[in-house]
Amino acid sequence: MSRLPVKKTYKLFIGGAFPRSESGRTYDAEGQNVARASRKDVRDAVRAARDAQPGWAKATAYNRGQVLYRLAEMVEARSAEFAALCTGREEVERAIDRVVWYAGWADKLPQVLGGSNPVAGPYFNFTVPEPTGVVAVLAPDEPPLLGLVTRLLPPLVGGNAVVAVASETRPLAAIELAEALATSDVPGGVVNLLTGQHAELAPVLAAHMDVNAIDLCGADGDAPELERLAADNVKRVVRGRADVQSPWEIASFLELKTVWHPMGQ
Amino acid sequence: MRIPTALNPTVLTPSGADVAELDKSQREVAVPGDWTYASAPESRDVVRIADRYGHFVGGEWLEPGETYETIAPRDEESLAEVGQGTPADVGRAVAAARSAFADGWSSLPGSERAKYLFRIARLLQERSREFAVLESLNGGKPIKESRDVDLPLAAAHFFYYAGWADKLEYAFPNRRPRPVGVAGQIIPWNFPLLMLAWKVAPALACGNTVVLKPAETTPLTALLFCDVLRQAELPAGVVNIVTGDGRTGAALVESEDIDKVAFTGSTEVGKEIQRRLAGTGKKLTLELGGKAANIVFDDAALDQAVEGIVNGIYFNQGHVCCAGSRLFVQESIYEPLVAKLERRLATLRVGDPLDKNTDVGAINSAAQLEKIRELVASGVGEGAEIYQPPCVLPEKGYWFVPTVFTNVAQSYRIAQEEIFGPVLSVLTFRTPEEAVEKANNTPYGLSAGVWTEKGSRILWMAQRLRAGVVWANTFNRFDPSSPFGGYKESGFGREGGLHGLEPYLEFDE
Repeated sequence: MSRLPVKKTYKLFIGGAFPRSESGRTYDAEGQNVARASRKDVRDAVRAARDAQPGWAKATAYNRGQVLYRLAEMVEARSAEFAALCTGREEVERAIDRVVWYAGWADKLPQVLGGSNPVAGPYFNFTVPEPTGVVAVLAPDEPPLLGLVTRLLPPLVGGNAVVAVASETRPLAAIELAEALATSDVPGGVVNLLTGQHAELAPVLAAHMDVNAIDLCGADGDAPELERLAADNVKRVVRGRADVQSPWEIASFLELKTVWHPMGQ
Repeated sequence: MRIPTALNPTVLTPSGADVAELDKSQREVAVPGDWTYASAPESRDVVRIADRYGHFVGGEWLEPGETYETIAPRDEESLAEVGQGTPADVGRAVAAARSAFADGWSSLPGSERAKYLFRIARLLQERSREFAVLESLNGGKPIKESRDVDLPLAAAHFFYYAGWADKLEYAFPNRRPRPVGVAGQIIPWNFPLLMLAWKVAPALACGNTVVLKPAETTPLTALLFCDVLRQAELPAGVVNIVTGDGRTGAALVESEDIDKVAFTGSTEVGKEIQRRLAGTGKKLTLELGGKAANIVFDDAALDQAVEGIVNGIYFNQGHVCCAGSRLFVQESIYEPLVAKLERRLATLRVGDPLDKNTDVGAINSAAQLEKIRELVASGVGEGAEIYQPPCVLPEKGYWFVPTVFTNVAQSYRIAQEEIFGPVLSVLTFRTPEEAVEKANNTPYGLSAGVWTEKGSRILWMAQRLRAGVVWANTFNRFDPSSPFGGYKESGFGREGGLHGLEPYLEFDE
């Protein structure tokens, strides 16, 4: 008699744990019942992100770089599983290399984006980038893994905490990524992944008063309305592309702080 | 075990305003002469040393013609036979580096080079204790330092430059960077593996291949590093290591088929290398000697400053090119500061580098010990006042008691020449201008320290000090993201940070 395999329950990833949607709902995607997150799940995820963000920002840049490199190690170890959930091996390899690429930026950004400013006076004046805080990401539907990685890594490497909504049509790669995140050293709550319907979740994130920035990559036609909602607390709005890598992607989620200090005996 | 009373904070001098009133008698606070600690030796079992090593050329071990013994300075134990590289050995290594450069390393995508370097960083982290023990054994530095400073920093350096390998276009906007070619690298014996990391990581990140010559007295961690390269599956010939003394280094510098020389060592040898490369068009970076000023103002937090002074000059037995070997103290706090410093000196534990309690280990070699003794004798001869705490030194091996000279004039040799040992010269100043004037009165310009609670004064001083690194209210801090290198006769070029990439790149413009 052949053995009956144990099937996976596809759940959300909030605060380092894997809860079902508090709404008790699922929807059908890729032939599976996938958790359909609610407005309340969004709020829980934002709260988890807010709690986790200071610790992540306070970690040294070297430490953040190593943690993200560890994430690449975890994805590489599961590359066969990932390949089955996206467009294939090539997408997985590009996603891993992209994680490594961004990991390397953690301790280099301030030298590229910041610097000292030669003000005309006896002052030492310098500018450093700092994370903006909690970032909402609407991942594109395609490519299911690389698209999410492309949008997730820039705010993450900069020291932000993220609430990301996975590809609506192909969410399984995102859930697999949540499992890789959970077994890497990314602290719980720094990345929160929700599955469900973009049309339902995006306005909640765009209007949420404790979200500092939103990436509308996967918003499609709803973007103008979401941008209006984002204005209530002056969110930084980014309309990211699904396949791009650049330090300026990270800069979109950073504030610049300038410090003045007198020079004299 | 007896708890020494000097460690009880209530016995120590209060800092701040009270300090000025400290009278001379408090200098006499009892310091126990007998610091009995149970020994806490680090196990040697973690590392296996071969009887004999060749040169690492083209991914293979090349049998050396001539060899010499490398020893443990703590007890003069013979550790292994290593090769004395000949010009022919160097030639083979350079040829191997050249063909590895041409056969793919230089054209490998940056993201792939990055992954090799990330692997090396991870392997160094994984095998860190093994390397730390070997470093302390072969070089004499305390295991506390090799374990907590050399190894973490070496791994961090590879990790940092791994990240740059595929981002060079962002470091140099509107320029097209390309690798220089084959780099000849010569490193010193004070931080053998860390200096290897400082040299190899940026060179490889930029797409170069290298021939590295470790210091004559400390080749073993570089030779063990070859095993890390094997585990990382780095293509053969990308890193080649030829051991030997100065003659091997000279052969490397004079090799026609290298494109760049990077040297860390004495100013004397640095000048000779610069002369020999004159007219060849080869790139050169030099990280040479130093005679750093560590400047303490009267408003500084004195206990903190004393810790910084001790770290500045006794860290790694003072075998540090950026060591704070000239202490400038503002006159008003001279007496209390020197009293605190002398008291602190008596608590330093000098002894077995492999003991986890040890603060100051063995002097690296007999030759270096002789040089320190000679300079210290000159200090006494010229009229400086010497202080050495009571200290029992092991019978075998090379040792020198931590030493402070007071009543030092700027003209004394101990105030001018690099001693490269645990010897501090104390001088005084009255005004910030005078401190700057005296601090800059040296042909060197590697580093400087400033101790004051006044931020504006730190920046004012930093602006005027002619030194490549200025530490404020700290000393001897290093980080891969922070550029390091000298002004004046301390050399040129920077290692670390974005600025550490430039020496390993050419630009098509």
